[in-house]
Amino acid sequence: MHALDVDYMLGLVPILLGYLPLTLEMAVAGMACALILACLLAVVRVRRLRFLNALAMLFISFFRGTPLLVQLFLFYYGLPQLLAFLVAINGITATIMGLTLHFSAYMAESIRAAIVGVDRSQTEAALSIGMTQGQLMRRIVLPQATRIATPTLMNYFIDMIKATSLAFTLGVTELMGATQKEAASSFLYFEAFLVVAIIYWIIVEALSWLQRRLEVRLNRAYQR
Amino acid sequence: MIELKGITKRFDDQPVFENIDLSLAQGEIIVVIGPSGTGKSTLLRCINFLERPDAGHLTVGDLSFDVTRATTRDILALRRRTAFVFQNYALFANKTALENISEGMIVVDGLPKAQAHARAREILERIGLADKADAYPASLSGGQQQRVGIGRAMAANAEVILFDEPTSALDPEWVDEVLGLMKQLAAERQTMIVVTHEMRFARDVADRVIFMDEGRIVEQAPPSELFHQPRDERTQRFLRKVLPQATV
Repeated sequence: MHALDVDYMLGLVPILLGYLPLTLEMAVAGMACALILACLLAVVRVRRLRFLNALAMLFISFFRGTPLLVQLFLFYYGLPQLLAFLVAINGITATIMGLTLHFSAYMAESIRAAIVGVDRSQTEAALSIGMTQGQLMRRIVLPQATRIATPTLMNYFIDMIKATSLAFTLGVTELMGATQKEAASSFLYFEAFLVVAIIYWIIVEALSWLQRRLEVRLNRAYQR
Repeated sequence: MIELKGITKRFDDQPVFENIDLSLAQGEIIVVIGPSGTGKSTLLRCINFLERPDAGHLTVGDLSFDVTRATTRDILALRRRTAFVFQNYALFANKTALENISEGMIVVDGLPKAQAHARAREILERIGLADKADAYPASLSGGQQQRVGIGRAMAANAEVILFDEPTSALDPEWVDEVLGLMKQLAAERQTMIVVTHEMRFARDVADRVIFMDEGRIVEQAPPSELFHQPRDERTQRFLRKVLPQATV
């Protein structure tokens, strides 16, 4: 047993922070794509569009029913064997793709629940004054569904940031990958992984703070 | 002028009502009374197509169509000519009182926002809530919410306003302010059909009272006649139940 090498840890911080942008880029890109896909899936589910609904349910079932790591390996190592044009796919793209598909499956269900959760009588009221289905969705249902879904979606975003660490298994040198390399050369595994754990922790705490502020803002209209 | 001809509604093959005929002139105030579950609200909802009637012909102003062949355009046109006041207010929770009233004018009628807001402020003035323009529904009392609900219906500039038990969900302390506003509209000869259990309102305000029972219009007459000399035995029985002896 050795004493904690604090100097090494402090020195590691700026090195690792250099890889933070890539981690955040993958999470933000994954979140943006997942949100779009999840909204499409949710609308298909809510409107019960016949053929698409079955497809959406199959999609959601698969991507919720299998581990993210398995999905990433499937895309990065597996698919290029089947589809030649995917050979050029790099680890970053594969990670963003995997995060998108995986998280959109979860997010679709919470967005669907949020849409259904908007008081049905408001739908009738909007229709009664002559709004179309599209106007009703845009003006009344989605703004309220957004508020209902935001806390859950923020949690998925936090999850997604942590999930980007799996990218190192696809050879991407992001926050986790960089730590792995540093640790392997210094042999100070505990110090290195402790530093990266604290970095993730601080990011997540900052986001949680943001989330609370956002919720207060979104809830303003609904306070007595 | 509003006319219903042979309007029929079934739920799972069970008829709620069949062949309802009803017409009212512009400026007429009709109150529909009757036991619960006899199709009063459903009839009202059919006039706004919140429920799709299974048969019959509807005329509202210059719009007239067979309900079985109603297109989406017919339905939207119908809804622009009719406005609805809900039992549970059904205000848009994400919109202020002002926006609840202006929303239809902006989205459905295509008025510029400034103009719609100006009109909405006039309406807020008339419903006595000028100071609540920026309040969200959650911060309003039941009576205030229902007045905004009525304001939203007024903003639609409809041929007829349909009131579906507008005071039934209210605490007793708020009932009078809502009925007062409805009386004010009646005095301005706003055409309306009101489903309610407020017999005194029916007696004081209605031009014609309709008694419905088991999916049928049993009897209709001016309130003085219907309340004092009901002809049908079912009407008599219902009125004995709901009216204190002194008023009959």
